[in-house]
Amino acid sequence: MSRSYRDFAALSNGSSIPVAKIEPFGVEDFAQAILEAVAAGSRISSYFAVPREDGKGGESTELYALLADDARNTLLVGRSRVEGGSLPSIAAACPQAQLFEREIAEQSGLLPSGHPWLKRVRYHASWSGRDAFAGGAPSDGGAPGIEPGVGEFYRVEGDQVHEVAVGPVHAGVIEPGHFRFQCAGEKVFHLEIALGYQHRGVERAMLGGPDKRSLHYAETLAGDTTIAHASSYSQVLETMAACRPSARAQVIRGIALELERLANHTGDLGALAGDVGFLPTLSFCGRIRGDFLNMTALICGNRFGRGMVLPGGVGFDIEEGRAAELLKRLAAAERDTAGAVNLLWDTQSVMARFEDTGPVPREVALALGLVGPAARASGLSRDVRYDQASGIFRMAQIPVMSYDSGDVFGRAYVRWLEIQQSIAFIREQLLSLPSGPLEAEVKSLAPSSLAAALNEGWRGEVCHVAMTDSSGAFRRYKVVDPSFHNWAALAWSLREQEISDFPLCNKSFNLSYCGHDL
Amino acid sequence: MIKAILARISQGHRTTRFPRGPAPALPDRFRGAPRIDASACLDGCRSCAEACPTGAIEPGGTMSIDLGKCLFCPDCVRACPAGAMSYGADYRLSTRMRADLVLAQDGQILRLAEALEKKSRRLFGHSLKLRQVSAGGCNACEADVNVLGTVGWDLGRFGISMVASPRHADGLLITGPVTKNMELALRKTYDAVPEPKLVIAVGACAISGGPYIGHAEGNDGAAKLLPVDLFVPGCPPHPLTILDGLLRLLGRMPKGR
Repeated sequence: MSRSYRDFAALSNGSSIPVAKIEPFGVEDFAQAILEAVAAGSRISSYFAVPREDGKGGESTELYALLADDARNTLLVGRSRVEGGSLPSIAAACPQAQLFEREIAEQSGLLPSGHPWLKRVRYHASWSGRDAFAGGAPSDGGAPGIEPGVGEFYRVEGDQVHEVAVGPVHAGVIEPGHFRFQCAGEKVFHLEIALGYQHRGVERAMLGGPDKRSLHYAETLAGDTTIAHASSYSQVLETMAACRPSARAQVIRGIALELERLANHTGDLGALAGDVGFLPTLSFCGRIRGDFLNMTALICGNRFGRGMVLPGGVGFDIEEGRAAELLKRLAAAERDTAGAVNLLWDTQSVMARFEDTGPVPREVALALGLVGPAARASGLSRDVRYDQASGIFRMAQIPVMSYDSGDVFGRAYVRWLEIQQSIAFIREQLLSLPSGPLEAEVKSLAPSSLAAALNEGWRGEVCHVAMTDSSGAFRRYKVVDPSFHNWAALAWSLREQEISDFPLCNKSFNLSYCGHDL
Repeated sequence: MIKAILARISQGHRTTRFPRGPAPALPDRFRGAPRIDASACLDGCRSCAEACPTGAIEPGGTMSIDLGKCLFCPDCVRACPAGAMSYGADYRLSTRMRADLVLAQDGQILRLAEALEKKSRRLFGHSLKLRQVSAGGCNACEADVNVLGTVGWDLGRFGISMVASPRHADGLLITGPVTKNMELALRKTYDAVPEPKLVIAVGACAISGGPYIGHAEGNDGAAKLLPVDLFVPGCPPHPLTILDGLLRLLGRMPKGR
């Protein structure tokens, strides 16, 4: 009898489990179990390959899947042993698996057989010496012939059809990526996105850690998401070291996470206004975003929250005077943001461009496994702070804000709703800061264990999974930035749209290149 | 329309008067130029060097700190048992030469960026168009470069702006460690900028590789590939630090600043 995802090990967000307690599945059963779990409402939060610890290496790899069962507020982790060089692809039946399978192929050299569009993700040589894109042939470890963005692209052909290629270097002050549009006149049939230009090798560099660089890798995985990534990294260490940060430290982390959201959401609303030529909100929000960044700097000295979150707690306190100053600035920023953002909804020329542009229907968002404001704007009610709460969010819940239009307006409006909730949360927390030490000691990590920590970053779910070897060092560190889930939705949103609306659609997602490229 | 006008009135005029007026206030915990008080160091202590994630601190008799590698993180300050490490409030950090970013412990003063020579100043001093290239940057440096274009800083009042095409640019402003996957694109972008041209490296990654020093996937910064005219340290540098560097390079910083 085949086995079910119900046999996967359950764990809560921010906890760890000895690897021996995760029952290995056969590869076929494993694939079926993931499909069954997704059909029953779970999402794939992470899915990756690890060389087996017993040193068999080469032909013997393990697969791990971390599924989020939001309805039951729990995580499920399953594993499978792959003998040989391939695994059955589930991407055709379960689109949210497609990029994970491509990543597995690129990193481990395993071939997802039956993958409908098997391409590289980050254009680097595999870690195993096996190259899935050369039919599993051994690679010499270097990367000759692997050129970013070079390879086959989906093409539409016909008399009136033309192709537009953009990037990697774009027009604005923005990270690099390559965009390939198939168009007839102004109309876009299809957009394909090739990334990997920002690949710095973070996951590979984490192996053998934690060490003195690990936290800084986490802080710079996506520089605008420093708090969420540093929090997930810290929580992974804390659960493996049985360390419990104080309530005060948890609250300060929560405040920092919401300040990060406020700065980015406000900046995005300004940039969206700019992309439709509405300069008042662009100008105001550009400045107010800085006010939020400066609040983060008031706490930790750095506008992006560097040094704020540490394994075991936080690096800086919010004393009484500082809390009072933050409350004062928060009130001013709240007033200014409301004045700037509400202009958008009152301006016909803005609404005409926002509404019905770049729609992503609910069922597409569900199939692609979207996270964050992009998912919530398409009517999905999913938010790590609510569904998989950890830290202060276990005690103080922020209502999940969603909208059902799925278009640029929806993604903008959800941000505005979230801005209001985040401000209310920070105010409440600043007025009732619990006592406690800033830091707790993080001792050595439990050996042969797996830990998972999720946080709702401003773009959505930030997921870190760490696995230790028998000495307690990282034998695998898997990072999933929300952008990894959501890039496919940007490509989808352009279908049947005007190519001139691309900047607007792009900004409405505002995804991370470096967070995807790692 | 009337609502937009009312909002404009209530939002007010917010552009800083820097550099003619005072610099915008920095928070009390701001980590500017680092300082080592050698007299306080314990004999044979290497705590700061061991804690430093990027190897910016060279211990021993000629203890030094390399601002090009420094992430301005609190790790060394936290590790020092004697309170000898600290960060000051000085935001002025940019230099023209890579070697000038290495400070010896004897209270050496940073040799701040000198202005371009006369001919270049005549060309660029009142109109500098830059093409920004992110080559593995984490979007923090990029974001705080972008901030200079907002009403709070209004980079345009100095004649400096970011342009869409390298063909329209007088130089490149590079962020990130220059990943192998961006190397070709960066070279092509550089080649597309007409002579004479400037290169400005912003942030620890672009100067030295930052947290990614030694990674096979990167190039340890822009200077390995291109001649760099201005180094702006930080992780990321504060917008004020970047603006300060640009104005010094163009010879537009008022005397005494």
